[in-house]
Amino acid sequence: MQCPKCRAPMHTYNRNGVQIEQCSGCRGIFLDYGELESLTRLESQWSQPAPPAPPAAPQAYPAAPAPAWGAPHGGHHGHHRHKSFGHMLFSS
Amino acid sequence: MTTDLLPALTAHVMATAHANPRTCHCATATLAAREDATVVRHAGTVAKAHAPDADPAELTLRLTVATRLPGILLPPLTPTPTELHGRLVTHWPYGTPVDPDDPDAAPWEAAATLLALLHRAPAPTAVPPMRGPAKAAHAIALLRATAPDHPATAPVLHAWATLPPWARGEAPMPDTATLCHGDLHLGQLIRHPAHNGPWLLIDVDDLGTGVPEWDLARPAAWYACGLLAPDEWHRFLTAYRTAGGPAVPPDGDPWTALDAPARALTAQTAARAVTKAVAAGRPLDEVERSLVDACARMGPVCPPAPSS
Repeated sequence: MQCPKCRAPMHTYNRNGVQIEQCSGCRGIFLDYGELESLTRLESQWSQPAPPAPPAAPQAYPAAPAPAWGAPHGGHHGHHRHKSFGHMLFSS
Repeated sequence: MTTDLLPALTAHVMATAHANPRTCHCATATLAAREDATVVRHAGTVAKAHAPDADPAELTLRLTVATRLPGILLPPLTPTPTELHGRLVTHWPYGTPVDPDDPDAAPWEAAATLLALLHRAPAPTAVPPMRGPAKAAHAIALLRATAPDHPATAPVLHAWATLPPWARGEAPMPDTATLCHGDLHLGQLIRHPAHNGPWLLIDVDDLGTGVPEWDLARPAAWYACGLLAPDEWHRFLTAYRTAGGPAVPPDGDPWTALDAPARALTAQTAARAVTKAVAAGRPLDEVERSLVDACARMGPVCPPAPSS
Protein backbone atom coordinates (compact mmCIF):
# COMPACT_ATOMS: atom_id res chain seq x y z
CA MET A 1 0.00 0.00 0.00
CA GLN A 2 1.20 3.49 -0.85
CA CYS A 3 0.92 6.49 1.46
CA PRO A 4 -1.91 8.71 0.17
CA LYS A 5 0.06 11.79 1.26
CA CYS A 6 3.67 11.26 0.17
CA ARG A 7 3.36 8.04 -1.94
CA ALA A 8 6.06 6.20 0.02
CA PRO A 9 5.36 2.52 0.81
CA MET A 10 3.38 1.83 3.98
CA HIS A 11 4.27 -1.01 6.35
CA THR A 12 1.78 -2.98 8.44
CA TYR A 13 2.31 -3.25 12.18
CA ASN A 14 0.26 -5.18 14.68
CA ARG A 15 -0.55 -3.34 17.90
CA ASN A 16 -2.37 -5.62 20.36
CA GLY A 17 -4.21 -7.34 17.55
CA VAL A 18 -5.00 -4.11 15.68
CA GLN A 19 -3.28 -3.82 12.31
CA ILE A 20 -2.10 -0.33 11.50
CA GLU A 21 -0.26 0.91 8.42
CA GLN A 22 2.57 3.37 8.89
CA CYS A 23 4.25 5.27 6.07
CA SER A 24 7.99 4.64 5.77
CA GLY A 25 8.45 8.22 4.51
CA CYS A 26 6.36 10.76 6.43
CA ARG A 27 5.55 8.29 9.30
CA GLY A 28 1.84 9.01 8.89
CA ILE A 29 -0.53 6.30 10.13
CA PHE A 30 -3.49 4.81 8.28
CA LEU A 31 -6.27 3.14 10.25
CA ASP A 32 -8.87 0.88 8.67
CA TYR A 33 -12.51 1.38 9.54
CA GLY A 34 -13.13 0.59 13.21
CA GLU A 35 -9.46 0.43 14.17
CA LEU A 36 -9.50 3.76 15.98
CA GLU A 37 -12.32 2.40 18.15
CA SER A 38 -10.36 -0.81 18.73
CA LEU A 39 -7.30 1.15 19.86
CA THR A 40 -9.40 3.37 22.13
CA ARG A 41 -11.01 0.28 23.61
CA LEU A 42 -7.63 -1.40 24.16
CA GLU A 43 -6.41 1.73 25.91
CA SER A 44 -9.41 1.74 28.25
CA GLN A 45 -8.94 -1.99 28.92
CA TRP A 46 -5.36 -1.25 29.88
CA SER A 47 -6.40 1.01 32.77
CA GLN A 48 -9.60 -0.86 33.64
CA PRO A 49 -9.42 -4.68 33.78
CA ALA A 50 -13.16 -5.40 33.45
CA PRO A 51 -14.45 -3.53 30.38
CA PRO A 52 -18.13 -2.71 29.93
CA ALA A 53 -20.40 -4.38 27.36
CA PRO A 54 -18.61 -4.89 24.00
CA PRO A 55 -20.95 -3.15 21.53
CA ALA A 56 -20.67 0.18 23.32
CA ALA A 57 -17.79 1.44 21.14
CA PRO A 58 -18.94 4.41 19.09
CA GLN A 59 -18.87 3.93 15.31
CA ALA A 60 -17.18 6.40 13.00
CA TYR A 61 -20.26 6.35 10.77
CA PRO A 62 -23.54 4.40 10.88
CA ALA A 63 -22.91 0.68 10.59
CA ALA A 64 -24.32 -2.58 11.84
CA PRO A 65 -23.20 -3.27 15.41
CA ALA A 66 -20.39 -5.75 15.94
CA PRO A 67 -18.68 -7.17 19.01
CA ALA A 68 -15.58 -5.48 20.40
CA TRP A 69 -13.47 -8.52 19.57
CA GLY A 70 -14.52 -8.31 15.92
CA ALA A 71 -12.27 -7.35 13.04
CA PRO A 72 -12.48 -3.98 11.32
CA HIS A 73 -14.61 -4.27 8.18
CA GLY A 74 -13.51 -2.87 4.87
CA GLY A 75 -10.07 -4.25 5.60
CA HIS A 76 -8.48 -7.25 4.02
CA HIS A 77 -11.53 -9.30 3.08
CA GLY A 78 -13.94 -6.54 2.25
CA HIS A 79 -14.73 -7.07 -1.39
CA HIS A 80 -13.35 -10.22 -2.93
CA ARG A 81 -14.12 -13.52 -1.28
CA HIS A 82 -11.08 -15.52 -0.23
CA LYS A 83 -11.04 -19.11 -1.52
CA SER A 84 -10.49 -20.43 1.99
CA PHE A 85 -13.58 -18.60 3.22
CA GLY A 86 -15.58 -19.92 0.28
CA HIS A 87 -14.83 -23.39 1.58
CA MET A 88 -15.56 -22.38 5.19
CA LEU A 89 -19.06 -21.23 4.21
CA PHE A 90 -19.90 -24.84 3.43
CA SER A 91 -18.28 -26.64 6.37
CA SER A 92 -19.02 -27.33 10.01
CA MET B 1 -15.03 -50.74 7.70
CA THR B 2 -14.91 -47.38 5.98
CA THR B 3 -13.18 -48.78 2.90
CA ASP B 4 -16.10 -51.16 2.34
CA LEU B 5 -18.74 -48.63 3.16
CA LEU B 6 -18.80 -46.60 -0.06
CA PRO B 7 -19.44 -49.52 -2.49
CA ALA B 8 -21.97 -51.00 -0.07
CA LEU B 9 -23.73 -47.68 0.32
CA THR B 10 -23.72 -47.20 -3.47
CA ALA B 11 -25.35 -50.60 -4.01
CA HIS B 12 -27.78 -49.79 -1.22
CA VAL B 13 -28.87 -46.45 -2.68
CA MET B 14 -29.36 -48.01 -6.13
CA ALA B 15 -31.53 -50.71 -4.62
CA THR B 16 -33.49 -48.07 -2.72
CA ALA B 17 -33.95 -45.85 -5.77
CA HIS B 18 -35.25 -48.53 -8.14
CA ALA B 19 -37.23 -51.73 -7.91
CA ASN B 20 -34.84 -53.24 -10.42
CA PRO B 21 -31.51 -51.40 -10.28
CA ARG B 22 -29.81 -53.68 -12.83
CA THR B 23 -31.72 -52.17 -15.72
CA CYS B 24 -31.04 -48.55 -14.79
CA HIS B 25 -28.55 -46.20 -16.39
CA CYS B 26 -28.87 -43.37 -13.87
CA ALA B 27 -25.71 -41.74 -12.61
CA THR B 28 -24.41 -42.33 -9.10
CA ALA B 29 -22.49 -39.59 -7.29
CA THR B 30 -20.65 -39.47 -3.99
CA LEU B 31 -21.81 -36.23 -2.38
CA ALA B 32 -19.65 -36.53 0.75
CA ALA B 33 -17.06 -38.97 2.06
CA ARG B 34 -15.91 -37.76 5.45
CA GLU B 35 -15.13 -39.60 8.66
CA ASP B 36 -18.44 -38.57 10.16
CA ALA B 37 -20.63 -39.00 7.07
CA THR B 38 -20.72 -40.73 3.71
CA VAL B 39 -23.44 -39.51 1.36
CA VAL B 40 -24.26 -41.12 -2.00
CA ARG B 41 -26.86 -40.10 -4.56
CA HIS B 42 -28.49 -42.27 -7.19
CA ALA B 43 -31.19 -40.74 -9.40
CA GLY B 44 -33.59 -38.96 -7.04
CA THR B 45 -32.51 -40.83 -3.90
CA VAL B 46 -29.76 -39.97 -1.43
CA ALA B 47 -28.44 -42.37 1.22
CA LYS B 48 -26.41 -41.06 4.14
CA ALA B 49 -24.25 -43.23 6.39
CA HIS B 50 -24.03 -41.38 9.71
CA ALA B 51 -21.10 -41.05 12.12
CA PRO B 52 -19.95 -44.35 13.65
CA ASP B 53 -21.05 -43.18 17.13
CA ALA B 54 -24.55 -42.05 16.05
CA ASP B 55 -27.22 -43.24 18.47
CA PRO B 56 -30.13 -45.02 16.73
CA ALA B 57 -32.82 -43.85 19.19
CA GLU B 58 -31.66 -40.22 19.06
CA LEU B 59 -31.32 -40.25 15.27
CA THR B 60 -34.84 -41.67 14.95
CA LEU B 61 -36.24 -38.83 17.07
CA ARG B 62 -34.41 -36.31 14.91
CA LEU B 63 -35.83 -37.96 11.75
CA THR B 64 -39.30 -37.68 13.29
CA VAL B 65 -38.83 -33.93 13.68
CA ALA B 66 -37.85 -33.66 10.00
CA THR B 67 -40.89 -35.74 9.01
CA ARG B 68 -43.23 -33.55 11.04
CA LEU B 69 -41.85 -30.18 9.95
CA PRO B 70 -42.02 -30.28 6.14
CA GLY B 71 -41.54 -26.80 4.72
CA ILE B 72 -38.71 -26.19 7.20
CA LEU B 73 -36.71 -29.44 7.13
CA LEU B 74 -36.37 -31.90 4.25
CA PRO B 75 -38.49 -34.91 5.24
CA PRO B 76 -36.71 -38.28 5.02
CA LEU B 77 -37.96 -41.02 2.65
CA THR B 78 -38.04 -43.54 5.50
CA PRO B 79 -38.94 -42.74 9.11
CA THR B 80 -36.18 -44.80 10.74
CA PRO B 81 -32.51 -45.48 9.98
CA THR B 82 -31.36 -48.85 8.67
CA GLU B 83 -28.02 -50.44 9.41
CA LEU B 84 -25.28 -51.12 6.87
CA HIS B 85 -21.73 -52.25 7.75
CA GLY B 86 -22.25 -51.16 11.34
CA ARG B 87 -23.37 -47.66 10.34
CA LEU B 88 -26.80 -46.09 10.53
CA VAL B 89 -28.11 -45.16 7.08
CA THR B 90 -30.94 -42.73 6.31
CA HIS B 91 -32.72 -42.04 2.99
CA TRP B 92 -33.62 -38.67 1.52
CA PRO B 93 -34.99 -37.21 -1.69
CA TYR B 94 -32.35 -35.40 -3.76
CA GLY B 95 -32.42 -31.61 -3.74
CA THR B 96 -30.23 -28.97 -5.38
CA PRO B 97 -27.57 -27.56 -3.03
CA VAL B 98 -26.17 -24.03 -2.91
CA ASP B 99 -23.57 -23.70 -5.68
CA PRO B 100 -20.18 -23.75 -3.91
CA ASP B 101 -18.66 -21.88 -6.87
CA ASP B 102 -21.17 -19.08 -6.52
CA PRO B 103 -21.45 -18.24 -2.81
CA ASP B 104 -22.57 -14.74 -3.77
CA ALA B 105 -25.88 -16.35 -4.78
CA ALA B 106 -26.24 -17.87 -1.30
CA PRO B 107 -29.83 -17.75 -0.04
CA TRP B 108 -29.13 -15.84 3.19
CA GLU B 109 -32.76 -14.71 3.53
CA ALA B 110 -34.10 -18.24 3.05
CA ALA B 111 -31.61 -19.64 5.56
CA ALA B 112 -32.61 -17.05 8.16
CA THR B 113 -36.33 -17.47 7.55
CA LEU B 114 -36.11 -21.27 7.87
CA LEU B 115 -34.19 -20.89 11.14
CA ALA B 116 -36.80 -18.46 12.48
CA LEU B 117 -39.59 -20.90 11.57
CA LEU B 118 -37.70 -23.79 13.18
CA HIS B 119 -37.06 -21.78 16.35
CA ARG B 120 -40.75 -20.88 16.56
CA ALA B 121 -42.03 -24.40 15.94
CA PRO B 122 -43.13 -26.39 18.98
CA ALA B 123 -41.03 -29.58 19.12
CA PRO B 124 -43.28 -32.29 17.56
CA THR B 125 -41.62 -34.94 19.71
CA ALA B 126 -39.19 -35.07 22.60
CA VAL B 127 -35.73 -34.54 21.10
CA PRO B 128 -32.26 -34.72 22.63
CA PRO B 129 -30.29 -31.50 23.18
CA MET B 130 -28.87 -29.69 20.15
CA ARG B 131 -25.27 -30.82 19.73
CA GLY B 132 -23.56 -27.54 18.77
CA PRO B 133 -21.70 -26.93 22.07
CA ALA B 134 -20.66 -30.61 22.28
CA LYS B 135 -19.24 -30.46 18.75
CA ALA B 136 -17.37 -27.24 19.57
CA ALA B 137 -15.92 -28.89 22.70
CA HIS B 138 -14.80 -31.81 20.53
CA ALA B 139 -12.97 -29.45 18.15
CA ILE B 140 -11.21 -27.80 21.11
CA ALA B 141 -10.22 -31.19 22.57
CA LEU B 142 -8.79 -32.17 19.19
CA LEU B 143 -6.82 -28.92 19.04
CA ARG B 144 -5.38 -29.55 22.51
CA ALA B 145 -4.41 -33.08 21.54
CA THR B 146 -2.96 -32.43 18.09
CA ALA B 147 -1.48 -28.92 18.23
CA PRO B 148 -0.58 -28.13 21.87
CA ASP B 149 2.48 -26.09 20.89
CA HIS B 150 1.16 -24.25 17.84
CA PRO B 151 1.33 -20.48 18.42
CA ALA B 152 -2.38 -20.14 17.55
CA THR B 153 -3.50 -22.69 20.13
CA ALA B 154 -3.07 -20.41 23.17
CA PRO B 155 -5.32 -17.59 21.87
CA VAL B 156 -8.00 -20.11 20.82
CA LEU B 157 -7.95 -21.76 24.26
CA HIS B 158 -8.04 -18.31 25.85
CA ALA B 159 -11.18 -17.47 23.85
CA TRP B 160 -12.73 -20.81 24.81
CA ALA B 161 -12.03 -20.07 28.49
CA THR B 162 -14.08 -16.84 28.30
CA LEU B 163 -17.25 -18.82 27.50
CA PRO B 164 -20.02 -19.78 29.90
CA PRO B 165 -20.05 -23.54 30.73
CA TRP B 166 -23.15 -24.25 28.59
CA ALA B 167 -21.42 -22.90 25.47
CA ARG B 168 -18.51 -25.27 26.14
CA GLY B 169 -20.83 -28.25 26.41
CA GLU B 170 -20.02 -28.55 30.13
CA ALA B 171 -23.48 -27.68 31.48
CA PRO B 172 -27.04 -27.97 30.17
CA MET B 173 -28.07 -25.12 27.87
CA PRO B 174 -30.23 -22.42 29.49
CA ASP B 175 -32.96 -23.09 26.88
CA THR B 176 -34.31 -26.64 26.79
CA ALA B 177 -37.44 -26.04 24.71
CA THR B 178 -36.48 -24.27 21.47
CA LEU B 179 -35.82 -26.43 18.41
CA CYS B 180 -32.44 -25.68 16.87
CA HIS B 181 -30.58 -26.98 13.82
CA GLY B 182 -27.20 -27.05 15.57
CA ASP B 183 -24.87 -26.91 12.57
CA LEU B 184 -25.91 -24.20 10.15
CA HIS B 185 -23.73 -23.45 7.13
CA LEU B 186 -24.43 -23.06 3.42
CA GLY B 187 -24.08 -26.80 2.82
CA GLN B 188 -27.18 -27.33 4.97
CA LEU B 189 -29.63 -25.85 2.46
CA ILE B 190 -31.13 -27.52 -0.59
CA ARG B 191 -33.96 -26.83 -2.99
CA HIS B 192 -36.52 -29.58 -3.11
CA PRO B 193 -37.95 -30.47 -5.61
CA ALA B 194 -34.59 -30.00 -7.30
CA HIS B 195 -33.86 -26.70 -9.09
CA ASN B 196 -37.12 -24.83 -8.55
CA GLY B 197 -38.48 -26.04 -5.24
CA PRO B 198 -38.34 -24.02 -2.02
CA TRP B 199 -35.20 -23.99 0.12
CA LEU B 200 -35.19 -26.44 3.03
CA LEU B 201 -32.77 -27.25 5.84
CA ILE B 202 -31.03 -30.63 5.78
CA ASP B 203 -28.79 -32.64 8.11
CA VAL B 204 -30.54 -33.40 11.38
CA ASP B 205 -27.50 -34.97 13.10
CA ASP B 206 -27.05 -32.07 15.52
CA LEU B 207 -30.70 -30.96 15.65
CA GLY B 208 -32.30 -30.70 19.06
CA THR B 209 -33.59 -28.36 21.73
CA GLY B 210 -31.30 -25.64 22.94
CA VAL B 211 -30.20 -22.04 22.63
CA PRO B 212 -31.42 -20.71 19.24
CA GLU B 213 -28.71 -18.02 19.18
CA TRP B 214 -26.33 -20.88 18.33
CA ASP B 215 -27.89 -21.21 14.87
CA LEU B 216 -27.18 -17.55 14.08
CA ALA B 217 -23.74 -17.64 15.61
CA ARG B 218 -21.72 -19.08 12.72
CA PRO B 219 -22.71 -16.32 10.25
CA ALA B 220 -22.36 -13.87 13.17
CA ALA B 221 -18.83 -15.13 13.82
CA TRP B 222 -17.93 -14.87 10.12
CA TYR B 223 -19.23 -11.32 10.10
CA ALA B 224 -17.44 -10.39 13.32
CA CYS B 225 -14.16 -11.77 11.98
CA GLY B 226 -14.46 -9.58 8.88
CA LEU B 227 -15.09 -12.54 6.54
CA LEU B 228 -18.79 -12.18 5.77
CA ALA B 229 -19.65 -8.86 4.15
CA PRO B 230 -21.78 -6.52 6.31
CA ASP B 231 -24.45 -6.56 3.59
CA GLU B 232 -24.84 -10.35 3.72
CA TRP B 233 -24.95 -10.35 7.51
CA HIS B 234 -27.55 -7.56 7.42
CA ARG B 235 -29.72 -9.50 4.95
CA PHE B 236 -29.51 -12.63 7.11
CA LEU B 237 -30.30 -10.83 10.37
CA THR B 238 -33.12 -8.76 8.86
CA ALA B 239 -34.80 -11.82 7.34
CA TYR B 240 -34.57 -13.64 10.70
CA ARG B 241 -36.19 -10.72 12.49
CA THR B 242 -38.84 -10.27 9.79
CA ALA B 243 -39.82 -13.93 10.21
CA GLY B 244 -40.20 -13.39 13.96
CA GLY B 245 -37.17 -15.38 15.05
CA PRO B 246 -36.86 -15.39 18.85
CA ALA B 247 -33.06 -15.54 19.24
CA VAL B 248 -32.43 -11.79 18.95
CA PRO B 249 -34.48 -8.75 19.97
CA PRO B 250 -36.69 -7.51 17.09
CA ASP B 251 -34.54 -4.39 16.70
CA GLY B 252 -31.47 -2.75 18.14
CA ASP B 253 -28.18 -4.41 18.94
CA PRO B 254 -28.29 -8.22 18.53
CA TRP B 255 -24.85 -8.78 20.06
CA THR B 256 -25.94 -9.04 23.67
CA ALA B 257 -27.66 -12.26 22.59
CA LEU B 258 -25.08 -13.38 20.03
CA ASP B 259 -21.81 -12.60 21.79
CA ALA B 260 -21.21 -15.86 23.67
CA PRO B 261 -22.31 -18.28 20.91
CA ALA B 262 -20.44 -16.27 18.25
CA ARG B 263 -17.30 -16.48 20.40
CA ALA B 264 -17.82 -20.23 20.67
CA LEU B 265 -18.20 -20.64 16.91
CA THR B 266 -15.16 -18.43 16.29
CA ALA B 267 -13.09 -20.57 18.68
CA GLN B 268 -14.45 -23.81 17.15
CA THR B 269 -13.76 -22.68 13.58
CA ALA B 270 -10.29 -21.46 14.56
CA ALA B 271 -9.58 -24.76 16.33
CA ARG B 272 -10.61 -26.74 13.24
CA ALA B 273 -8.50 -24.49 11.02
CA VAL B 274 -5.38 -24.91 13.18
CA THR B 275 -5.90 -28.69 13.47
CA LYS B 276 -6.25 -28.97 9.69
CA ALA B 277 -3.26 -26.74 8.97
CA VAL B 278 -1.07 -28.74 11.37
CA ALA B 279 -2.20 -32.03 9.81
CA ALA B 280 -1.37 -30.68 6.36
CA GLY B 281 1.96 -29.23 7.55
CA ARG B 282 1.15 -25.77 6.25
CA PRO B 283 0.90 -22.30 7.83
CA LEU B 284 -2.46 -20.67 8.52
CA ASP B 285 -3.85 -18.70 5.61
CA GLU B 286 -5.19 -15.15 5.89
CA VAL B 287 -8.76 -16.22 6.63
CA GLU B 288 -7.68 -18.67 9.31
CA ARG B 289 -5.44 -16.06 10.93
CA SER B 290 -8.36 -13.65 11.12
CA LEU B 291 -10.23 -16.21 13.27
CA VAL B 292 -7.25 -16.65 15.60
CA ASP B 293 -6.77 -12.87 15.79
CA ALA B 294 -10.42 -12.49 16.83
CA CYS B 295 -9.87 -15.11 19.56
CA ALA B 296 -6.87 -13.12 20.79
CA ARG B 297 -8.98 -9.97 21.06
CA MET B 298 -11.68 -11.54 23.23
CA GLY B 299 -12.03 -10.13 26.74
CA PRO B 300 -14.35 -11.51 29.41
CA VAL B 301 -17.98 -12.17 28.46
CA CYS B 302 -20.40 -9.70 29.97
CA PRO B 303 -23.60 -11.31 31.24
CA PRO B 304 -26.56 -10.41 28.99
CA ALA B 305 -28.70 -7.58 30.28
CA PRO B 306 -32.00 -8.78 31.79
CA SER B 307 -34.74 -8.46 29.16
CA SER B 308 -37.13 -5.63 29.84
